[in-house]
Amino acid sequence: MQKRVVFRSRLLPYLLVLPQIAITVIFFFWPSYQALESSFFIEDAFGFSREWVGLTNYFELFKDPGYLKSFRTSLIFGISVAFLAMAISLGLAVAANRVVKAATGYRTLLIWPYAVAPALAGVIWYFLMNPSLGIVSYWLSGVGVEWNHYVNGDQALFLVIVAAAWKQVSYNFLFFLAGLQSIPKSMIEAAAIDRAGPVRRFWTIVFPLLTPTTFFLLVVNLVYAFFDTFALIHATTEGGPVDATSILVFRVYNTGFIGQDYGSSAAQSVILMGLVIAMTFVQFRYVERKVQY
Amino acid sequence: MVENRPFLTFLTHAVLILGVVFLCFPVWMALVASTHGPEALSRSPIPMWFGGQMWENYSQLLAGGLPEAGGVPIGRMMFNSLIMALCITFGKIAISIISAYAIVYFRFPFRMGFFWMIFITLMLPVEVRILPTYDVVVKMGMLNTYAGLTVPLIASATATFLFRQFFLTIPDELVEAARIDRAGPLRFFWDILLPLSRTNIAALFIILFIFGWNQYLWPFLITSDEGLYTVVMGIQRMVNSGESLPVWHYIMGTAVLAMIPPVLVVVAMQKLFVKGLVESEK
Repeated sequence: MQKRVVFRSRLLPYLLVLPQIAITVIFFFWPSYQALESSFFIEDAFGFSREWVGLTNYFELFKDPGYLKSFRTSLIFGISVAFLAMAISLGLAVAANRVVKAATGYRTLLIWPYAVAPALAGVIWYFLMNPSLGIVSYWLSGVGVEWNHYVNGDQALFLVIVAAAWKQVSYNFLFFLAGLQSIPKSMIEAAAIDRAGPVRRFWTIVFPLLTPTTFFLLVVNLVYAFFDTFALIHATTEGGPVDATSILVFRVYNTGFIGQDYGSSAAQSVILMGLVIAMTFVQFRYVERKVQY
Repeated sequence: MVENRPFLTFLTHAVLILGVVFLCFPVWMALVASTHGPEALSRSPIPMWFGGQMWENYSQLLAGGLPEAGGVPIGRMMFNSLIMALCITFGKIAISIISAYAIVYFRFPFRMGFFWMIFITLMLPVEVRILPTYDVVVKMGMLNTYAGLTVPLIASATATFLFRQFFLTIPDELVEAARIDRAGPLRFFWDILLPLSRTNIAALFIILFIFGWNQYLWPFLITSDEGLYTVVMGIQRMVNSGESLPVWHYIMGTAVLAMIPPVLVVVAMQKLFVKGLVESEK
């Protein structure tokens, strides 16, 4: 945790941590405290007066069908994105791990989408699936699917799921590949000598040994789907049609900036913070276990 | 390879090629669309091969701008993105490396308290505390400034951890040797620690540059002055332009321009990027 040999100075260490701590306090702690505080008040639209209401904002939220629906949407969205992005990238990583020739070439072609902003990923898929001129919706109409995400909420949700998963595949791919490469070759060879085929070897040896990676990626992907995809949704469907793609983060923004309901927006922020804290906690519990591995 | 199975080898390549197609196809279509005029993109199916308008489209975007995006040239937006990305990157690296240095190499009251304060910021992403953070920036008069765009995003728990982790692996003998040679803490930091951290700094640079360049929500809130728009967030104005139909050939051109710098960084510095990504998540 700490060095045996250290420097002695009274003032210097404080000066060194000062910039980081100052920014943390001003832009992280203070606003978070504000969110917590204003979640207990109801404020009029002009900010002239406010009234202490205790937990009313929270109770209101859980009575609001719109909010409960947003919870459901986020859950469907998060789980679908995580599953899709992880399944695709696991398949690709297993394949890439087998390839000897052209391995670097494949890797380069598979990792670059990491650098594409979620907003751009969303806009491009929005274009591909545009009902009147998107190429994918044209193909879909060829097989008899009537595609119009401007009207159909399920299709809009599907669209943002595909775009969000598309962007996340590269990230998962790199971690799965690193996980696969750390599995000792001798284990696979021993199983092969015992006449276990490739499929059997994958499910009985490789996949169990990848559990830590999979679990880590699950948390990261859920956090990504819940928070980082705000841009993707805001730049494309804007939560619509009729709130079909309005995930929790989007709702915090919508209630606060568009609806000007500060108390409710703050209460939603606090709930989301609780969610992030829980997920971070789970992730660090897991990291500790990995150390003992 | 454990055994020779031709069919499996074939399957492996098929899977990889399918994956590459899935990942590249959308961007291919964006590239193609950005080289056509509005007529080609007005009826389905749209062309899948390049048109002849590449030069006109891109020069119009880079220099002229679009009325839908407030008439700002995309070149200007990209310049703003670059400033924002570089300020965030260097800011994060600078304040993280010095705070990690203080936490590892000094013993002082509240040392662990500071460490935990930095740690907790991991749990407070900007998306969940949008409104109050926006209020703070308004009160400090930083709306529509580069400072407002960058300073609130500069604190970094991840970078601090990475440097702390790295410093802990540096042998104590180095410090002892430096002290015998009568080097003070600042001298040690500047002449020994900083050069040793070069690879880590470079790896972090890639990750943080992409993070900074791809910011969306924050510039969207902080800038109302078109001259300060960044390109990733400016594209939104073109897509949701209200009454008029979106001009897809320009939007796709903007998307391509907006992804070129970060994609180039990743592809050009692939090894460092992989190292930085895998290590910063530990």
